[in-house]
Amino acid sequence: MKASAYTDAPARRFDVGDRVRVKRSFPPGHRRTPHYIRGKHGVVERVCGVFPNPEELAYGFDGEPKRVLYRVRFKQTEVWPDYAGPERDWIEIEIYEHWLEKA
Amino acid sequence: MSHDPHDDHHHPKAHGRDFDEGPPSEYEIMSRAMQELLEAKGVISAEQIRRRMEQFEQDFPHRGAKVIAHAWADAAFRRRLLEDGKAACAQFGLDLEADRLIAVENTPQVHNVIVCTLCSCYPRALLGMPPTWYKSENYRKRVVREPRAVLREFGTVIPDDVTVRVHDSNADMRYVVVPMRPAGTEGWSEEKLAGIITRDSLVGVTVPKA
Repeated sequence: MKASAYTDAPARRFDVGDRVRVKRSFPPGHRRTPHYIRGKHGVVERVCGVFPNPEELAYGFDGEPKRVLYRVRFKQTEVWPDYAGPERDWIEIEIYEHWLEKA
Repeated sequence: MSHDPHDDHHHPKAHGRDFDEGPPSEYEIMSRAMQELLEAKGVISAEQIRRRMEQFEQDFPHRGAKVIAHAWADAAFRRRLLEDGKAACAQFGLDLEADRLIAVENTPQVHNVIVCTLCSCYPRALLGMPPTWYKSENYRKRVVREPRAVLREFGTVIPDDVTVRVHDSNADMRYVVVPMRPAGTEGWSEEKLAGIITRDSLVGVTVPKA
């Protein structure tokens, strides 16, 4: 089944199935990458498309250049070392490309 | 109308406290003070604010049940909904405006549940106003790290051999769960099916029962 992308992202760096790591970085300001996911390893679940950068929009700028948005899937046991549920549980979260690096 | 300034991402500090517990946060106080000032200066009235909120409920009623009932009854529609939620809703005569919708399907192997840990992003154009618990810090913090315990508090017990998939709606997508159609609903009309599809089941904290 084709997963919705909304807009094409031909220049993207990652594809569905790629292993990625969320940057472990704590810059000040408005960020859409929750702290709990920073530094964690996951797999690209879907490419959502290209969107104005919310980190710029938040301060009244135009959001350019736009950024590619991905949905990344993480094992819960990777995200929370003390996770109480089974190994098979996932958490999926939207991450902008500039927060991702190849794992 | 996916971006209500009152609970958008722009004031992360506003979410240091629950909406339903404890003293108001700095931003709630600021927002109330602003409203009082605007009223005192005669710019807007309390009645106008109340009416606008009421209008919002009318503009965006809970329309999710109809969509999901149709998806249960029509396999081709269900497939389109899972491929592109926004386009499928448009075809069903439902304009989701700015909301880009991802529909996620419950199966015997997978149970989905939705949260926005940064604030309270919610598919308003489809489901209307979010419930208070969805915006509470308690739900937002806990459902990502102990989803099974939170679901149990909603009366939903997920067996250990079923995967729990939590979706953090933290950026530009909005989510709706497509629950499993319960046994015993064979031959039901879409209207009757819609009657058992609750808002909470579309967020994934409960499952519909016949």
